[in-house]
Amino acid sequence: MTALPTRSLEAWRYTDLRPLDAMSFAEAPAASVPGDLPDIGVPRLVFVNGRFDAAASSALMFAHGFATVTEESDLPLALINAQHAQDGLTLEIPAGVDAGVVLLVSYANGGALHPRHRVSLGAGATLTLLEVIKGEGVYWHNPVTDIVLAQGARLAHYRLQNESREAFHLATIRVGAAADAAYESFTAVMGAKLSRAEFHVELSGAKAYTHLNAAQLLGDSQHGDFTSVVRHRAPDCSSRQTVKSVLSDAARGVFQGRIEVDRMAQKTDGYQMSQALLLSPTAEMDIKPELQIFADDVKCSHGATIGALDEEQVFYLRSRGIPEDTARAMLICAFLTEALEPVTHAGAHALFEAAIETWWTGK
Amino acid sequence: MSTTVETRDTVEALSVEKYKYGFTTEIAMEEFPKGLNEEIVRLISAKKGEPDWLLAWRLKAFALWQKLEEPHWARVEHPPIAYDELYYYAAPAAPTPKSLDEVNPALLNMYEKLGIPLNERAALAGVAVDAVFDSVSVATTFRETLAKSGVIFCPISEAVREHPELVHKYLGSVVPYGDNYFAALNSAVFSDGSFVYIPKGVRCPMELSTYFRINARNTGQFERTLIIAEEGASVSYLEGCTAPMRDENQLHAAVVELVAMDEAKIKYSTVQNWYPGDADGKGGIYNFVTKRGACRGRNSKISWTQVETGSAITWKYPSCILQGDGSVGEFYSVAMTHNHQQADTGTKMIHIGKNTTSTIISKGISAGHSNNTYRGLVKIMPNASGARNYTQCDSLLIGDQCGAHTVPYIESRNASAKVEHEATTSKIAEDQLFYCRSRGLSEEDAVGLIVNGFCKDVLKELPMEFAVEAQKLLAVSLEGSVG
Amino acid sequence: MLEIKNLSARIGDKEILRGVNLSVPDGEIHAIMGPNGAGKSTLSYVLSGREGYEVTGGEAIYNGQDILALTPEARAAAGIFLAFQYPVELPGVGNANFLRTALNAVRRARGEAELDAVAFLKLARTALKNLSMQDDMLKRNVNVGFSGGEKKRNEVLQMALLRPGLAILDETDSGLDIDALKIVAEGVNALRSPVFSALVITHYQRLLDYIVPDRVHVLAAGKIVRSGGPELALELEARGYAGLEAA
Repeated sequence: MTALPTRSLEAWRYTDLRPLDAMSFAEAPAASVPGDLPDIGVPRLVFVNGRFDAAASSALMFAHGFATVTEESDLPLALINAQHAQDGLTLEIPAGVDAGVVLLVSYANGGALHPRHRVSLGAGATLTLLEVIKGEGVYWHNPVTDIVLAQGARLAHYRLQNESREAFHLATIRVGAAADAAYESFTAVMGAKLSRAEFHVELSGAKAYTHLNAAQLLGDSQHGDFTSVVRHRAPDCSSRQTVKSVLSDAARGVFQGRIEVDRMAQKTDGYQMSQALLLSPTAEMDIKPELQIFADDVKCSHGATIGALDEEQVFYLRSRGIPEDTARAMLICAFLTEALEPVTHAGAHALFEAAIETWWTGK
Repeated sequence: MSTTVETRDTVEALSVEKYKYGFTTEIAMEEFPKGLNEEIVRLISAKKGEPDWLLAWRLKAFALWQKLEEPHWARVEHPPIAYDELYYYAAPAAPTPKSLDEVNPALLNMYEKLGIPLNERAALAGVAVDAVFDSVSVATTFRETLAKSGVIFCPISEAVREHPELVHKYLGSVVPYGDNYFAALNSAVFSDGSFVYIPKGVRCPMELSTYFRINARNTGQFERTLIIAEEGASVSYLEGCTAPMRDENQLHAAVVELVAMDEAKIKYSTVQNWYPGDADGKGGIYNFVTKRGACRGRNSKISWTQVETGSAITWKYPSCILQGDGSVGEFYSVAMTHNHQQADTGTKMIHIGKNTTSTIISKGISAGHSNNTYRGLVKIMPNASGARNYTQCDSLLIGDQCGAHTVPYIESRNASAKVEHEATTSKIAEDQLFYCRSRGLSEEDAVGLIVNGFCKDVLKELPMEFAVEAQKLLAVSLEGSVG
Repeated sequence: MLEIKNLSARIGDKEILRGVNLSVPDGEIHAIMGPNGAGKSTLSYVLSGREGYEVTGGEAIYNGQDILALTPEARAAAGIFLAFQYPVELPGVGNANFLRTALNAVRRARGEAELDAVAFLKLARTALKNLSMQDDMLKRNVNVGFSGGEKKRNEVLQMALLRPGLAILDETDSGLDIDALKIVAEGVNALRSPVFSALVITHYQRLLDYIVPDRVHVLAAGKIVRSGGPELALELEARGYAGLEAA
């Protein structure tokens, strides 16, 4: 097996995989479908321990069988995934089709699982893909999702990562967007003992667009890493990113975000904001926003802030009679609001809001 | 054809050889054999009449350097450096002058030509200068004036002899000899540099300045600067650098250490104008420098200001260790690159003490085929309650063949600390250019004006005597690269 | 009835209040005037429970209860309302959500039924209308992007909805033009009743043309140095604060 990346690699300087390396995971066993799978009244596809569960899934004409994987990148986790992948979602939306909303549920409860998902949208096609990722016990989930968007296609991709608090979650999501295509994405990072979501979005046609947001809500000694590389390869593309982290207890949050602008990519408009709230004296946040720019007619900016809740705001709310806990919860929700912007689907939005509220009340 | 392209073409047609400090000075030199080995290290130490502890320290550094690897994490590219082809010691052959009257007139003429008259009557009012020529200090002005207030300002080689207890106590205390590859090399072979000591409660009555000049061919310059400000003391220090135009690359690997005790303030300004190489990227200085200040005392302050227009490659990160409660670190930087220059520069602010604050303002301007990177670290340690950092990094691109990069690292481990970082990259706005031109400015003047405005927040931090000089330097460096 | 007895407070090592004595009976409006740095804002923050102010002596009794030990929200529930000199911006928090949460928290604490969204909107719209404010005020984030006048009016809107027993207006007139000033004053006057009292803190007499006080007190160097009727404000306007410390 390809070795796990170590902290000596610049891309991994803030996330240490030695706890994962110290464990040995067998192939994930077959498992039965848990009773409480989410259902929001749309076609649902269910993977249990990395394998498609037809009985629990809706029949969907755009879903196809799994095909073998060849991995061309040198990303260590994608290589490991390729060596072990045995199943995965293959969704192909034909040109011009609006495929509505699809719910993808991934459930795991043991072993190592390396699903390889593929989503491709033909020219002008649209899809909203909502992923709910959950599980119980100790396991390692190493999914790779490859997304191809043809000209003018639009994918809204929402991910609720709510893995077991004992699990390892290392997801790689790669997106290629042709001219006028749009990739709008939001990830909520709440579960896993150690997680990383690594996005590579290539805007390879003119006027392609991405909105790549995330909210990390972490407590105990959870480690959450959100890493993204947005590469502008064509003119007139734009990218928007808002990443918010709320860290309590001894949690550690990481955000690494790079905007790359190729020489070709004139008139690029890139914006990235990363903000973190530290709610406890032992929480830690590490941010590395990066701009790598080779075209001159561009407008790129990034910002980052790390701090505590503003006590002035807490006092203002309390002076109006709002109890301290409620006041803090309101301010945390307000802090997260902006990140949820790409989630325009009402059912998905409600799901995330409920998850965030549960997170806070569980504190 | 857009205005920008038009101007770029016009300007590129102009000569790019604007480096007016590129002359060489013919003077009899004493050089040690080229190459680096333990013998050379011993020779340098012996030449300086150094005590045993310093020789031992150099040898430890040399032994470690041989084991270290040249760092390659910065966004700079260069062919392998032939460390064995360099001369590590070059100095005018005459004996060390005791006073300005004994300094070789050829040297005085050279400094005159560089705009740094060493004759005290002609000197800039209120500025004392230490002039370092290749490996040695050739003159230090106003020493008597300074001595009256207890300030020590002399070549570090002299400080080793005259004030060994101070040098022994502080040398390597901020930048240890094993800190990094180039710091280890410097520790082994440094030949001169400036030493400044400001006693308790003294406000240094003059600006202090060191002027570095590399003249000899194939010679590395490895100066070492040490500035100590005792409790309540304050000093403003400025360094300038130039070198002749030569086709070979030359290595400059300096180390600067600053120590500020309780309530002390050190302001360190640099106008770096080493030879940048020609329009095709041939020649120029490799400027690999380690600069670090320790705010050891309560409410101490260290402020770095740099205007970096020269060198083929710049690799430097003037940093502050904010250890004393309430201490303040500042970094103001303008880095301008054109032709084939490469700069990877920034700072590190390490917040250790409570209520420490830091400010980082960085302005990068890339033109021609150059690459300009801001790289910085802001680190808030768990005990740094109430710490505060504000960072603003702006990059300006002139022309479509250059690169501008921003690589900040922000690490916070204290919830009561507040860290803010902003960065932007853009080109000069067409409407600003048009506005200036419609008021009668040539496009080149308009660009100069806008670039100066872009850098204003940094330039205003320079001592007044040098701010005007720096503005002119930016304008000159822009010539041939505007577009 | 608010009774402040020998109240002293400091920020860090700095003594700001040095034994304030003051009684505001129900139904009355009292003005507190005084030079900059006299401790006017400190008094309002100490009464509303802001952190960072250490009470070093004395007490503040409101309706028989020592309020100094209460949390800020408990003071609000008890009927104390502070109109901030600089209202705080809350990005991401919608004004309607904020007002309804606050109103229901206060109603709950007072043993009143909570309002549902429809009932709340009806109430809020009426209050807005009374203050000549636009409905879109409810959709915006709390004080974000508000002009100075809008912020102060938003404070008065909150006050109208929460119906406090004691309002403390901390330099509410600062930065207001005359029209906004009148609206604010009307908002306060509309609340006048035998069970409502107010402390109007101001540097200038101007506001008192519109909110006519029953009593005027002068706070200087952390103490009430003079008290009188509304005519005292006019006298201060004419002669200034000079020499008051000695009075």
